[in-house]
Amino acid sequence: MVQALNAAMDIMLGRDANVVVFGEDVGYFGGVFRCTEGLQRKYGPSRVFDTPIAEAGLLATAVGMGAYGLRPVVEIQFADYIYPATDQLISEAARLRYRSVGDFTAPITVRAPCGGGIFGGQTHSQSPEAIFTHVCGLTTVIPSNPYDAKGLLISAIEDDDPVIFLEPKRLYNGPFDGHHDRPVTPWTEHPAGEVPDGYYTVPLGKASVVRSGEAVTVLTYGTMVHVAMTAVAESGVDGEVIDLRTLIPIDIDTIVDSVRKTGRCVIVHEATRTSGFGAELSALVQENCFYSLEAPIVRVTGWDTPYPHSLEWDYFPGPKRVAEGLRRAMEG
Amino acid sequence: MAQAAETRKRGKTRSGQDEAGLGKAELLRAYRDMLLIRRFEEKAGQLYGMGLIGGFCHLYIGQEAVVVGIQMALGEGDQVITSYRDHGHMLATGMEARGVMAELTGRSTGYSHGKGGSMHMFSKERNFFGGHGIVGAQVSLGTGLGFSNWYRGNDRVCATYFGDGAANQGQVFESFNLASLMKLPVIYVIENNKYGMGTSVDRATASRDLSKNGAPWGMPGVQVDGMDVEAVHEAAAAAVAHCRAGKGPYLMEVKTYRYRGHSMSDPGKYRTREEVQKMRSERDCIEGARHKLEGLGVDEAEIKKIDDEVKAIVQDAADFAQTSPEPDPSELYTDVLVEG
Repeated sequence: MVQALNAAMDIMLGRDANVVVFGEDVGYFGGVFRCTEGLQRKYGPSRVFDTPIAEAGLLATAVGMGAYGLRPVVEIQFADYIYPATDQLISEAARLRYRSVGDFTAPITVRAPCGGGIFGGQTHSQSPEAIFTHVCGLTTVIPSNPYDAKGLLISAIEDDDPVIFLEPKRLYNGPFDGHHDRPVTPWTEHPAGEVPDGYYTVPLGKASVVRSGEAVTVLTYGTMVHVAMTAVAESGVDGEVIDLRTLIPIDIDTIVDSVRKTGRCVIVHEATRTSGFGAELSALVQENCFYSLEAPIVRVTGWDTPYPHSLEWDYFPGPKRVAEGLRRAMEG
Repeated sequence: MAQAAETRKRGKTRSGQDEAGLGKAELLRAYRDMLLIRRFEEKAGQLYGMGLIGGFCHLYIGQEAVVVGIQMALGEGDQVITSYRDHGHMLATGMEARGVMAELTGRSTGYSHGKGGSMHMFSKERNFFGGHGIVGAQVSLGTGLGFSNWYRGNDRVCATYFGDGAANQGQVFESFNLASLMKLPVIYVIENNKYGMGTSVDRATASRDLSKNGAPWGMPGVQVDGMDVEAVHEAAAAAVAHCRAGKGPYLMEVKTYRYRGHSMSDPGKYRTREEVQKMRSERDCIEGARHKLEGLGVDEAEIKKIDDEVKAIVQDAADFAQTSPEPDPSELYTDVLVEG
């Protein structure tokens, strides 16, 4: 997935002279997760460069650059480091188009590795997507595989409005299925690990049905797509697994079609439960599919606690917890 | 300048040393404290390699003189707060090696019951206000600790540590302004180890003299050789005296060097082996202190006694950290909000 993301930026730097890539350690060093490796050598330090550790300032600078025609792609080293910059994202980037009635926009892409599973503890494991989905004017994307990651990142860079692009870091090296005690299959052995060379896009705002099923709809994204697939296989429940890919704007049609067919719905995310994106999904399903529902909607999420250093696997909603959720939805 | 000389004198008077630096007994203590950090960190690196420590782990090897020199200039009740490279600071404040190592291995006997990990530990008893994982965040917290001292009218100071990378965070400058405006007793310590993760200070910072970063607000600053514990101590004593006298904050840029990677997963491609080796062989703070001790007539047996004592503490901590139980899953929900 790292190579796919690198390829997307490489292609866009090559196609569009307005694209610039920057962030902490992204230039000379090539990024802590190696996503920007080689790009500075290829495109030079005025297009791919290191910034000081100062998230608020560097994101605000990106907004200004974007307002005058550039397409900045900013890396925030960990999603957990994005909070100092949220003022600039919410008050400036997300509102520029509205308040200038379209004269100016902020065509920026903010990439940030998110999620746990690497013993990162409280400050290197969080999934802050719901903070951004709550802000009108922001698009929030979370890919679950290399093919989508490349196509979605190209779409994000081409998009004329700000896109928060969260990359589940546990997926960088393979489709982690939640079984932390087993080795992870490399992407080379996964169908979605096959990434075509060259330019292609995956549209923003469009979900993907990764497994068809009749019994229950599973709404999920990021790492939990693979965990949900494992839970479906291990529980024997015929789940229809939907990878949302873009959280906002949401692909409501795909969700509604599925829940109307199955009559049941399980929502799975790694982020904390209360006011998480699952709450929004649950409300949407209730509003749109009430007369089709045969059981209460079930949420399987991280606990409402900080991400602990120890007890990581008690926190992480693994296949066992998701399977319990599936059974609960079937019994309801 | 006259003022700086005066404060330096105050510092001397307080801790009662001669002009030549630390006396023999104090230098022996500095040697012992630095060696404890060095051996502790080497052991942590080993346990990490064995898979007993997971996640992020930032070793302090090479920088020991910074925290030891400053801690020796502080007094009981002074506060310490730092970043994620925090093991050395905890040991220097007198926190137990056992509790720190057990936190690294994620055990219930660790300072944060295993829930904090390497970057997030605290001790109310030792006035250690954390280990903080977010770069630069602790600088404003340290300013608040200084405010509390000022508000209470006590003569305590807060040593607030951060790296050359964090020195560029906006809130650091906001803190400098507030502390200077209100004359808060805060010693800001920039541990300049030349690299913010994989980016050298030259690539990230336009200024070549970080000790002047507080100058717009009138904050005095000094550059210090961080590989020499006596030089660090002397500068820190002056800083402490300045703060205790109610003259406001003080900035120390301590030039140091980390021998290991930023964290355990650092490929180290941003600097040469030769550069690291040169610092190790020519500038090492522990070797430097040992030479000085030999010059003061300390014999080999006395040095060996310290080496053995340190080795035993570290081994005991490692054993403790491997045999302690993991936290119970019920601990997940404790200390989220006040209970009862």
